[in-house]
Amino acid sequence: MIEIRHLYKGFSGTPVLEDVSLTINDAETYAVIGQSGSGKSVLMKNIVGLLKPDKGTILVDGVDTSKLNYRETRELRQHFGVLFQGGALFDSMSAFDNVAFPLRMITEMPEREIRKRVDECLETVHLEDAGPKMPAELSGGMQKRVALARAVAMRPKYIFYDEPTSGLDPKTSNTINDLIKDLDTRLGITGIVITHDMHSCLEIANRIGFIHEGRLHWTGTVEDLHAADDEVLLDFVKASEYQIGL
Amino acid sequence: MTLPFEHRVRTFLIEVGRYGLLLFQSFRSILEIGTYWENLLIQMVRVGVDSLPIVALTAAFSGAVTTVQSAHQLVSPLIPRSVIGGVVVPSMVLELGVVTTALVLAGRVGARIAAELGTMRVTEQVDALEVMGLNSVAYLVVPRVLAGVIMFPVLYAVACFVGISGGLLAGSLGGYIPALEFIEGGRQFFSASDVTFGLIKSLVAGFIITSISCSKGYYTTGGAEGVGSSTTQAAVASCVMVLLADYVLAIILL
Repeated sequence: MIEIRHLYKGFSGTPVLEDVSLTINDAETYAVIGQSGSGKSVLMKNIVGLLKPDKGTILVDGVDTSKLNYRETRELRQHFGVLFQGGALFDSMSAFDNVAFPLRMITEMPEREIRKRVDECLETVHLEDAGPKMPAELSGGMQKRVALARAVAMRPKYIFYDEPTSGLDPKTSNTINDLIKDLDTRLGITGIVITHDMHSCLEIANRIGFIHEGRLHWTGTVEDLHAADDEVLLDFVKASEYQIGL
Repeated sequence: MTLPFEHRVRTFLIEVGRYGLLLFQSFRSILEIGTYWENLLIQMVRVGVDSLPIVALTAAFSGAVTTVQSAHQLVSPLIPRSVIGGVVVPSMVLELGVVTTALVLAGRVGARIAAELGTMRVTEQVDALEVMGLNSVAYLVVPRVLAGVIMFPVLYAVACFVGISGGLLAGSLGGYIPALEFIEGGRQFFSASDVTFGLIKSLVAGFIITSISCSKGYYTTGGAEGVGSSTTQAAVASCVMVLLADYVLAIILL
């Protein structure tokens, strides 16, 4: 379980997150929605430890991340998988080596088992034949799928999806959404989805948090969202309705 | 309102602070050999072996030009022609072998390192390393700086050898000085301590170029424009700092 209590984060005196508190339960998929620049990715980077909060506490499985030293933080991160917005695949490595990379660098797994695990991961994202290809030879959607395979390779407890469908056509977005749903259900992973794509959010999430002007403005289940009467939230959702045809 | 001068001073101090922090993290990570040894070998090839042609070419011409210019200036019949060898050899060993190599490599190696790390930073590849639980400084910075420190003295030695050979060839083929006289002059003015001095300078230059370039690349912000800016700054800052270090070391060691 991830608990965020009274989190504040700003840059050069400009506040980005102000007094954000939320809880993400085990094995649920929680979507953080909000406009571009609302602080969603900053929230994710604070949770995974890429940024340090100015104030507030982040507890991962009861452990206060601010009290961990660098080595302990690195150990904790091995329970995290992150699908970055642009995929963040290593250009100099093939798709296979990208997926194998964390296994080779972090674990003591023998090469034969690594190969088996990588093949499994690539199969999960329906890219069995993409192993030898370099990232530059893959389409945007395929790169995201390889990045997804890399994110699950270490069998993490938590996966963060940063704008998983941004820049993709609707069909490829659906493929990614289905994959995320499948992975979260089948592997029992706790998913945290950072998105402004309402279609993706409604497809994947169990619960939703709406960040507005740096604050957690609203949180609830997908059913709660449909029944919500909060104007700011509805403005954001309605703006998306044209795109998703609700 | 922040004055431009104050802003520049502030930016400069932030960069110096970041550079210091990165060096501290690099020294702290140096024992994580398992993380970077493979990368170290790759970087040694890129910094050292791949730079050999341009280093050799620059050194050969430096030696040749020094020989021709010395021959033109030493026109007095009272000065033996072997002095040309006595000018070229110490020049290469003490100064040209290091400085020309360092300036060429600030452009070639420094710019490459900054562009590589800068691109990795803006495409979130550095963040990807960190969230996997890897030490990105140990994986990216330490092998590049170590490769510079290990390979620059080797390149310096090659530059000296090729530069002196270039001088000898230019002298003999151009009819300025017979090869044997050139060698005799070189031997007369050769001092082993000059080699030690040159090796120390090359080691320092290797450290300066790779560490500054790593810092510029590692802390890149702002997409493609940021990568371009980091690359230029890495090459310029490396050149300036190498020249400054060259001067300071000359005062301290000579």
